[in-house]
Amino acid sequence: MTILELKKMANEVRKGIVTAVHSAKAGHPGGSLSAADVFTYLYFEEMNIDPKDPKNPDRDRFVLSKGHNAPGYYSAMAHRGYFPVEDLVTLRHTGSHLQGHPCMQHIAGIDMSSGSLGQGISAAVGMALSAKMDQKSYRVYTLLGDGEIQEGQVWEAAMFAGHRKLDNLCVIVDNNGLQIDGKIEDVCSPYPIDKKFEAFNFHVINVADGNDMQQLADAFAEAKTVKGMPTAIVMKTVKGKGVSFMEGQAGWHGKAPNDEEYAIAMADLEKVGEALCQK
Amino acid sequence: MSEVKKIATRQSYGNALAELGAEHDNLVVLDADLANATKTDTFKKVFPDRHIDCGIAECNMMGIAAGLATTGKVPFVSTFAMFASGRAFEQVRNSIGYPHLNVKIGATHAGISVGEDGASHQCNEDLALMRTIPGMVVVNPSDDIEAKAAVKAAYEHEGPVYLRFGRLAVPVINDNPDYKFELGKGVVLKEGTDVTIIATGLCVSSALEAAEMLEKDGVSAKVVNIHTIKPLDEDLVVACAKETGKVVTVEEHSVIGGLGSAVCDALCAKAPTPVLKIGVQDVFGESGPAVELLKKYKLDGAGVYEQIKAWV
Repeated sequence: MTILELKKMANEVRKGIVTAVHSAKAGHPGGSLSAADVFTYLYFEEMNIDPKDPKNPDRDRFVLSKGHNAPGYYSAMAHRGYFPVEDLVTLRHTGSHLQGHPCMQHIAGIDMSSGSLGQGISAAVGMALSAKMDQKSYRVYTLLGDGEIQEGQVWEAAMFAGHRKLDNLCVIVDNNGLQIDGKIEDVCSPYPIDKKFEAFNFHVINVADGNDMQQLADAFAEAKTVKGMPTAIVMKTVKGKGVSFMEGQAGWHGKAPNDEEYAIAMADLEKVGEALCQK
Repeated sequence: MSEVKKIATRQSYGNALAELGAEHDNLVVLDADLANATKTDTFKKVFPDRHIDCGIAECNMMGIAAGLATTGKVPFVSTFAMFASGRAFEQVRNSIGYPHLNVKIGATHAGISVGEDGASHQCNEDLALMRTIPGMVVVNPSDDIEAKAAVKAAYEHEGPVYLRFGRLAVPVINDNPDYKFELGKGVVLKEGTDVTIIATGLCVSSALEAAEMLEKDGVSAKVVNIHTIKPLDEDLVVACAKETGKVVTVEEHSVIGGLGSAVCDALCAKAPTPVLKIGVQDVFGESGPAVELLKKYKLDGAGVYEQIKAWV
C-alpha cells in the first residue's frame, strides 16, 4: 500500500474503533486511537500474514500486550478481512466473539490472548524464541502501552529477549503519555523509555510522531535490518488521535462516547477522510 | 524385612523428561535458575538446546511457555510449587489457563516436606489455587512410578496440566505389574468396610500405614489413591462414601481447598457423608527435617492413624 492508502485505511480503522466502543457503551478508545496507525501499518503493510490462512506456522505473529486496545486491534483485523467489519458493533456484547480483551479461542488470527498488562510481551518472546529454535524466519511484533511498562514482568521479558539476542522480536511502545490516573510522568514515570530498553540490550528506534505513517514505515524498515539484538520502537503518539474532544485527554482512556459525542467523532473522522481523498 | 526403595518425585520428573525428550522433539523444558533442585538438569544434560533457563523470573517464564505452546512446542515449566502456583498464579491463569494452552507445569518442592527452608518455601496452597482454573488438570503423584507415568500422561493430554512433585525421597508403593495410570482415575489400594481413606501424594503411603494400624484395632479401612485432584474421580469417591459411610482425606496441603475440599464438593452434592480432613490445618509450616515435620504435623502413618482412630 502507498502511504496515502495506509493513511486512508487508518482513518477507516479509527471509525471502526469509535463505532465499536460506542456500540459497546464501554471500552478503550484513547489508546486504540493513538495506536490506530501502527495497527494499520502492521496489518496492511508490515506483517507476512494471510487472513485466509491464519494458522500458517510460518506467519509473522502479533501480540497485543496492551490488550485493552482490542477495539483498535479488532478494527484493523476486520478491515484486513479476518472477520466482517459489521461485527465490530458486537464488541463486548454477550455472546460476541469480540471479547473486551483479545481471546485467541474466539478469533482465528489472534496469536495470543491478552488483557492483563505485562504478560503479552512474555508470550511474544516465547514465540520469537521458538522461531530461533526451529530456524524459522517469521518475525514477532508486540505492542505495549507506556503505562504498561510499569509492570515488572515487561522487564523480565526484555532481559530475556536481550540476553537471547532475539532479533526477530520487535517491541513497540505506544508512548501517548497518558494512563488512567493521569500523565505517566506524574503517576510513576517510566522515562527514559529508550535508555531503559538500550540498557536491556535492545536496538532502540525513537519515532517522533507515531501517528505519521511515513515515520512508522521508516522505523519498521530499520528494525528489519537489525541483527543480534531485539528492537524496541518507542513512538510518541497522541492519545485519542483523530477525535477532537478525545485528543490528549486521559479521561478517554476507558470511556465510551454517548450518541452526541459519537456523531461529533464520526464527523471529525469523515472530515479527515475527505481531506485525504483530495490528495 | 527388605529396605523399601525411596526416591523423590522431583527426580522422577527429571528422569521422565529425559526419557520423553528422546521420543518427542517438540518437548522443551523451562526452568528459573533451579535446574539442579527441580531436577530438570537431568534433561538438560541430554538435551541442552531444549532446556531454557529463564533466570529468576517465574512470571515471565510462564508467558514464554505460553508463547512457545502457541507455536506447537510442548513446554514443561519447572520451578518450586510456591512460585509456580503462587507468584505466577495470574500468569498461569491468564496466559496459560484462559487460552487453554498446551503447557505443563512441573512444580517441585511442594508441601511442608520441603523441610529446612521453612514456611516461605513450603507451599500448602497450590492444589487449591490450580484447581480453580477452568480446564486445568491437577495431578499429585504418590511415588516414583506414578510420577513418571503422570509426566507421560501430561505430555499426551492436550491442554494445561499442573504436576506436583516433592523434594523428599518417598517410598515406591506402586511397583506392581498391574499398575496402570489414567488421568482422572483413582486407584483402590486396599479394601475395607468401616471407613475410606482417600489420600494423595506422599500421604498415600502414610494412609496405607495407618490402615494397617487401624486393622489391628479392628477398624477396616479402605484406601484410595487419588493422584488426579482435577478432574476428580467423583464416581469412585461417591461409591466409596456410600460403601463405607465415612470418609477421611489425607494430603500434604492445606485442608482448605485441596483434596479434602474437592472430595467434599463431590460428596455434598451426590452423597452427603461425614468427612474428616487431614492435612495442614490452616497454619504455615516451619523449618526442620522433612520427616520430623511430617510427624509433627501428623501426616506420617502414626499421625494419620491417631487422627482417624480418634474420629471413627
